[in-house]
Amino acid sequence: MPFNELFTLALHALIANKLRSILTTLGIIIGVFAIIVLVSIGTGLQSYITDQVSGLGSNLMFVIPGAEGGARTAGGAVTNKLTINDANELETKLKGQAQVAPVLLKTATIKYQNQTDKGVSIAGTSANYTQIISTIKIDQGTGFTEAQVRAGASVALIGATVNTKLFPNTSPIGKNILIGANRFTVVGVLAKRGSTFGIDQDNIVGIPVTIAQRQFGVNTVNAIYISALNANSVSFVKTQATKILLNDKRLTTDDFNIQTQESTLSTIQSITGALTAALGGIAAISLLVGGIGVANIMLVSVTERTREIGLRKALGAQKEDILKQFLIEAIFLCVLGGSVGILLGYGASLIVSYFFTTVVSVWSVLLAFGFSVAVGLIFGMAPAIKASNLNPIEALRYE
Amino acid sequence: MKKVPVIQLKDIRKEYHNLDVVTYVLKGITLEIFEGDFVAITGPSGSGKSTLMNIIGLLDTPTSGTYLLRGKNVTNISERDLARTRNKEIGFVFQSFNLLSRSTSLENVMLPAIYAGMKGEARKERALKLLGQVGLGERINNKPNQLSGGQQQRVAIARSLMNDPLIILADEPTGNLDSKSGEDVMNILDTLNKEGKTIVLITHEPNIAARAKRIIHVKDGLLNT
Repeated sequence: MPFNELFTLALHALIANKLRSILTTLGIIIGVFAIIVLVSIGTGLQSYITDQVSGLGSNLMFVIPGAEGGARTAGGAVTNKLTINDANELETKLKGQAQVAPVLLKTATIKYQNQTDKGVSIAGTSANYTQIISTIKIDQGTGFTEAQVRAGASVALIGATVNTKLFPNTSPIGKNILIGANRFTVVGVLAKRGSTFGIDQDNIVGIPVTIAQRQFGVNTVNAIYISALNANSVSFVKTQATKILLNDKRLTTDDFNIQTQESTLSTIQSITGALTAALGGIAAISLLVGGIGVANIMLVSVTERTREIGLRKALGAQKEDILKQFLIEAIFLCVLGGSVGILLGYGASLIVSYFFTTVVSVWSVLLAFGFSVAVGLIFGMAPAIKASNLNPIEALRYE
Repeated sequence: MKKVPVIQLKDIRKEYHNLDVVTYVLKGITLEIFEGDFVAITGPSGSGKSTLMNIIGLLDTPTSGTYLLRGKNVTNISERDLARTRNKEIGFVFQSFNLLSRSTSLENVMLPAIYAGMKGEARKERALKLLGQVGLGERINNKPNQLSGGQQQRVAIARSLMNDPLIILADEPTGNLDSKSGEDVMNILDTLNKEGKTIVLITHEPNIAARAKRIIHVKDGLLNT
């Protein structure tokens, strides 16, 4: 029996029981809808984080204290041994291949006249920091110079939030602010960066790393940022940097590790990927329940139409004609539900996108569609087999 | 030259096994029906005539014996071939009409041709012609619940003729009809037989059986001619 005849047959049967067909389809619609929406939120989160991280530049890598994989020293805590000298060493030996900036991060309260800003991130770094982190740009004034870094000059670059808090009405350039008890001259204002995970990226003050060490009484740095000049040479630069740091025997492989953006991204992606899968999995359960609904209704339909099946077989329908007839009905229900669910889910994620980033990926649509066809096939199979195996004599006698 | 019978049953037996109890329904039936014949099979209920009809109609297979349909052995053919042979060679008319309730007369008549793979246009043309022959040319778009019992049975007869079968197998075709409608249906069968159609009629009503050319009595699983 040709497909178009089978299809018409299925359509007639479904239209004959409109309300029942709609309710059954609803189960599939909800399941597919949930998959599309939840996966779009998960994927959206993933792309948001990935954008944030790769916004820093894929050439970037970080030398941080402690061994690779977080192995600890015998004492149990990481002893930070990274210094400005290590950064200088790297800078000199990677010349032409990478730019290097040491970073010392602390928190302090800053003041200007009677205005106070508490809990400001103080980043001690070198003059080329704005070249290494591409998302950091100077909005007004200038950055500090290499000479100022070497001399330990008391100059500061302030973030946009600090600027609005301390200098609501005046230009900050050339003004003196207090970081703790020490006086710094503002030389520039950084462009606004917004917030990441609710952390204000603009409540920050950048000062030369040398003065920062003095300010906070430390002789180490939290991290050394290395930016390879060429994205293809990231792993080469990483190997080189490791060799350089191990060179003078002061540092061992237990004292530091170098994280590339690639490794950071893959960690993040594996976490958000798992989250997306979990969300999708939860949604898939509702699709499964919808599928059971389809199976249930198809079983009822087969029982109701026992005489029809008997008649069709007596008139010469082959087993597979009957099988296909019921299977196509079930798949049609699911495909219809799947399509409506995809459209509704797409609409809903457009609405959700006003609050979160959502991404309706092609694969999630294909997956949802494929899944609903599969649900129709799997859950339609048992009723269809039951129908095709009916004995025509008994089926015709069925009341 | 001897004519090949349309239906030739040789020592057909049918037994049902239920745990240790064996029920012998047919105990060796030998029967020949020739082309153009009009045979009535009668017998009380439980005589085995329904089983005999199911075997002749290829809805059931005998436990032993041989069934030749126009010389071709159909005793042990596959389920697939049984369905195909039913479709092409047997035209069923049932006591309770067995029309699809959601389909029109025309769609009901076309049904066997769909399974035979007949093309849409040819199918419709033939179905319209057959409905005209049974006097329902005006009711082609009516559904069964808009037709009287007699009209429904005439739709069923048109359906049985759709694939131009070797035999019409009518199982109590007048059983659910009033005498007037029953008479109409019998007249149609008579006409078909006069046009050369082989008809096998199962009935327990003597006056209906009397319309046939030949009456075969079944009793306790045996023929009693």
